[in-house]
Amino acid sequence: MSDAGKIKIILEKCGGCALCVRVCPFGAIKVENKKAIIDLSKCNLCGACVDSCKFSAIILEKGIVEKKDMSAYEDVWVFCEQKKGVVQTISFELLGEGRKLAKKLGGKLCAVLLGDNIESKTDELAWRGADKIYLVDSPQLKYYQDDPYTKVLVELAKEYKPEVMLCGATTIGRSLISRVAITIDAGLTADCTGLDIDEKERLLLQTRPAFGGNIMATIITPNHRPQMATVRHKVMKEPELDKSRKAEVIRKKYPDNILSTRTRIVDIVEEIEETINLSEADIIVSGGRGLGGPNNFSIIKELAKVLGGAVGASRSTVDAGWMPYSHQVGQTGKTVCPKLYIACGISGQIQHLIGMQSSKVIVAINKDSDAPIFKVATYGIVGDLFEVVPALTKEFRKLLKK
Amino acid sequence: MNIIVCIKQVPNTTDVKIDPVKNTLIREGVESIINPFDTYAIEEAVRLKERFSGKVTVVTMGPLQAESALREAISLGCDEGILVSDRKFAGSDTWATSYTLSRAIKKIGAFDIILCGKQASDGDTAQVGPGISTHLDIPQVTYVKKIEEIKDNKARVERMTEEGYDVIETPIPCLFTVVKEINTPRLPSLKGMMRARSAQIIQWTAADINADPKNIGLDGSPTRVVKIFTPPPRKGGEILRGDAAEVSNKLTELLKDIVI
Repeated sequence: MSDAGKIKIILEKCGGCALCVRVCPFGAIKVENKKAIIDLSKCNLCGACVDSCKFSAIILEKGIVEKKDMSAYEDVWVFCEQKKGVVQTISFELLGEGRKLAKKLGGKLCAVLLGDNIESKTDELAWRGADKIYLVDSPQLKYYQDDPYTKVLVELAKEYKPEVMLCGATTIGRSLISRVAITIDAGLTADCTGLDIDEKERLLLQTRPAFGGNIMATIITPNHRPQMATVRHKVMKEPELDKSRKAEVIRKKYPDNILSTRTRIVDIVEEIEETINLSEADIIVSGGRGLGGPNNFSIIKELAKVLGGAVGASRSTVDAGWMPYSHQVGQTGKTVCPKLYIACGISGQIQHLIGMQSSKVIVAINKDSDAPIFKVATYGIVGDLFEVVPALTKEFRKLLKK
Repeated sequence: MNIIVCIKQVPNTTDVKIDPVKNTLIREGVESIINPFDTYAIEEAVRLKERFSGKVTVVTMGPLQAESALREAISLGCDEGILVSDRKFAGSDTWATSYTLSRAIKKIGAFDIILCGKQASDGDTAQVGPGISTHLDIPQVTYVKKIEEIKDNKARVERMTEEGYDVIETPIPCLFTVVKEINTPRLPSLKGMMRARSAQIIQWTAADINADPKNIGLDGSPTRVVKIFTPPPRKGGEILRGDAAEVSNKLTELLKDIVI
């Protein structure tokens, strides 16, 4: 065994079938002389090979530490993001999901709201399922800043000990929650697409795409609390409004040393052309190289406008300067999962597919019938986008009476 | 000005092909590259050095072959490469990785700015940058798209948001994670490539950075992967046939429930 001491192959048992080679997401296993060999410099100890082996020839010591008493931790928390006093829809989606988790754990669903003069927003959190709301209202929390938000959330978590904490995988969420997790020594899993509870072990089962979305991994946090996860926009469903619901509001005040900040916001600039934020959009119409030039994006914008959707763009069009980067969908741009994604003149390079393949319905319009985009499309149209897109715009306009 | 860039070596996804039958990634023969987001951090570090003079140290945690990523960074203008490598780091999640890198940075010594890419293209977590700044207890600004000015021990930067950007002022030392918009990375120069070839890469183990064994590798990682599986492949599409008017009509009918 190596000094990592965690994984080994029992050579007498190994049948050299190479099943493990195929499942290894890191390409760390090869078969030589009919025996599997693990390259420990590539191995991430994920254990995929252990499950795949029909001969029980692979042993992974998961480094089980003695079980800590974590019974003091209870309830499911949702960090509710607000901007300019408006609670962001991602928070509602997380409350919907948090409700299910809280039910399975037999705990309460709690919303955490930080801001300035935002007491009036607590009702809408209750209507969406929160049993309890931790409210920290202070002028120093008006805008998101890393330091005070981190310190307040850390103080709250230390005092009230949540079992699970969810946060949106937004610009704010990703900056904040990682700092919190490090400070309170908690496990954090990014961009979960599925959350569930192992009721016996009280574990949050966090499933997320890995390695570009073609492999899924389920991740747990066995010995640290809270169990923290971020979720992207539109992955979870917003719950129905129930205006009869009430929640207990716990108002917390913190001294200046908790609310102080080292960084300072000088200005906040809004510059997106379309009012619809790409990652929040239910419908996205995207254009690619097939458009031939920047001016032809007008037909994409027109269709998006009729559908009340946002405009997306492939990397090559952004690199060519046809569209600003804020519209870029794909690996180096935004990852989106709208209800409807219409790809026009986009061939479907893997970098683009990674960014949009979890959309619920995908429509592809491309003149090349071999374009990879058709492999992921729910509906494909092989044809000239300059004919099809305007025709579609016309049909939808009729349907929507616009 | 002392600048530290943290980079990660990742598989090149432009090389990755999808197995059409199993719908899994074919990883054989895939070349390793510097995480695309980190190339912007490297470029920005070199530009800062050109503006203010100083030294750029590039650091990575990874297997021995990650040395090639450091050499590439040197060819692009970084001065020194440090490879933090030890079998004991295997199985690190973002908590343990950011701890390990923060220990290495402590060993490097005084610095003004740490630059990271906004996230890695293989893991996509965006957690290690903020993790490092937290372990080091320094301020951070994430998603930086422009460094406007640096003076009097303060930096003024633009941070990308969903709606546009915030202008933020931060004291130095601090950590920035950067987005693609910040610059266009240069190509390596001939001189740079020659320097990279002969450069001495510093190698540090867990003991060298005085890392607490409880905080590294699998033992230092709160999270555990318990299952890896291939999602059911997305069902291949239905191709609509006919002229533009016909297919538009069909499609509108099919999408009626979504768009109304």
